[in-house]
Amino acid sequence: MSLAVPLGQFVCLLGPSGCGKTTLLRMIAGLDSPTSGRILMSGMDRTGTPAHERNFAMVFQALALFPFLNVEDNITFSLRLKGLGWRERRKRARELLELIKLPGIGSRKVEQLSGGQRQRVAIARALAQEPALFLLDEPLSALDAQLREHMQFELRQLQQKLGITTILVTHDQGEALTLADSVVVIAQGRVQQIGSPTEIYRRPSNRFVAGFIGRNNLLEAEVLDRQHVRLGTAVIDVAAIPDGARNGDVVTLAIRPEELRVLPPGGEHGNTLPGKLSYVREIGERVEWRVDCHGRELIGSASPSDWAAAACTGPVKVQIIPGAGTILTC
Amino acid sequence: MLGSARVPGRLRALVPLSWPSLALVGLVGIPFLLLIRISLAPPDPNGLWSAGTSIAAYSGLMDRPFANALLYSFGLAILVAAMGVSLGFPLTFFITRMRRGWQVLWLIFLLATLTLSDVLIAFSWQVMLSKRIGLANLPVKLGLMEQAASLTPSFGAVLGNLIYLVLPFTVLTLYPTLSQLAPELIEAAKTLGASPVVAFRTVVLPLTKRAAAVSFLISAVLTLGAYVAPLVLGRPRNWTMAVLIGNAALAGHNVPRASAMSVCLLIAALILTGGTVWIARGRGRR
Repeated sequence: MSLAVPLGQFVCLLGPSGCGKTTLLRMIAGLDSPTSGRILMSGMDRTGTPAHERNFAMVFQALALFPFLNVEDNITFSLRLKGLGWRERRKRARELLELIKLPGIGSRKVEQLSGGQRQRVAIARALAQEPALFLLDEPLSALDAQLREHMQFELRQLQQKLGITTILVTHDQGEALTLADSVVVIAQGRVQQIGSPTEIYRRPSNRFVAGFIGRNNLLEAEVLDRQHVRLGTAVIDVAAIPDGARNGDVVTLAIRPEELRVLPPGGEHGNTLPGKLSYVREIGERVEWRVDCHGRELIGSASPSDWAAAACTGPVKVQIIPGAGTILTC
Repeated sequence: MLGSARVPGRLRALVPLSWPSLALVGLVGIPFLLLIRISLAPPDPNGLWSAGTSIAAYSGLMDRPFANALLYSFGLAILVAAMGVSLGFPLTFFITRMRRGWQVLWLIFLLATLTLSDVLIAFSWQVMLSKRIGLANLPVKLGLMEQAASLTPSFGAVLGNLIYLVLPFTVLTLYPTLSQLAPELIEAAKTLGASPVVAFRTVVLPLTKRAAAVSFLISAVLTLGAYVAPLVLGRPRNWTMAVLIGNAALAGHNVPRASAMSVCLLIAALILTGGTVWIARGRGRR
């Protein structure tokens, strides 16, 4: 794999469990050695540099705060190793505690902190050494959903404020899409796609990315021309067909749930597939529905008001918004 | 009312569980009181001790040979414990980094060594270090020595044997703590700029110092009571207090003196325990 991380960017390594993203992060940190290849930092080869000489700070999944030290001593651990005096260390600890919005907890023991507080202290400890690279290994995975969302916001704010190059490992696609400037999708030890969250979501490069990021309807279709595919008996107007696909080729049409509309049967609408409504569920601000189109199940979503206006039950037509979707050839 | 009704109930439930602790206190306390009483009795060469009270047994200990013997035993205990922990710590760390199956095999092996009697081990070492068939022939075969010489009796033989005896205890005491030591803590220290040696000093040692202190203490107390190894493998000047106590009681028929020596040894053990606990706690507070 080849991966370049631009300075000052927030990059997320995203993939299913066991895909190799943590191994990659550990190799960058110097905790594991690559069997082949090189790791460069600003053009300098750091492959053989021991972890303690890289100045790459890392926040671990288990946080790894030192239980025998209080909050302040945890934060200033790296500064003590550098030989900074007590006054300087204390000043820096106070600044960092202010930065993570936890002033006045320096004398507390680690066991007295809540999950969110520990999280922030671990981040402050890593930032204390003013690292060249900030590495985070699923640091938010142990938090409850509400706190995780809050911490994602704070982490992003902090990264933008400090402008520090950051690599975060996560298997949570929502987290990656929320936090990252650039997302690296990894599967089976290989990079599947690198791009901005919008690119990854809107223009997945292959079936794996299309299926892994968000929800997608992956449908087999036949290329008719540079703008149309055949889906069963229906001719569908889609986004541009990639250059690699020729007329007559079987490709995958990836359609997001929000790119589908349910319409009552009858009426003159293009880009539609007939089907039968099989499932409806209202989840807060969205209504999720499923339609069985002759053995092919399509999943879609609509706002409650749009759903109420459509007033659909039983037999329906599913419209693919013209020009929507992505054609995948691999 | 509900709360006050619960407490006696809970206490009642604990009573059946308390008998082993009461028995232990009795089995330690009663012999100890008897020991003090006998140490304060006048000696009787024809019997074990006489009626009456006397501090003659303690007065008889106020001499240089006894002070030297006590200091030697104390120093030997500290040396054996320190070397046992120094060897046991890396060994245990090494074992805890193995696969689970290998760890179990190592623990079984260490437990197996504890099933052997001290007497058997001491005589095995005597044979192993002997002139004719022991280790002494190895330097001769390697051309390092011209003639084989017996390595016993010697202080080195006593020291080596005692370290061998305490090593399984050291490992078994350190194992629970070291096996639960999260590798991320050491890795975190490394990413914060600590070299492996500094990470060991600043993270591993503070996390394991209590287990190390307990391990040191068990080794030291076991060595204070060592009898067979110094007797079989050492010269008279290598004999510990336990050997001298045995000699006073069995050869000298002076049970009050032996009891007084035992009381002194017990006080030495308490001082060692208190000192170790104080050091372990004191460092923890800093």
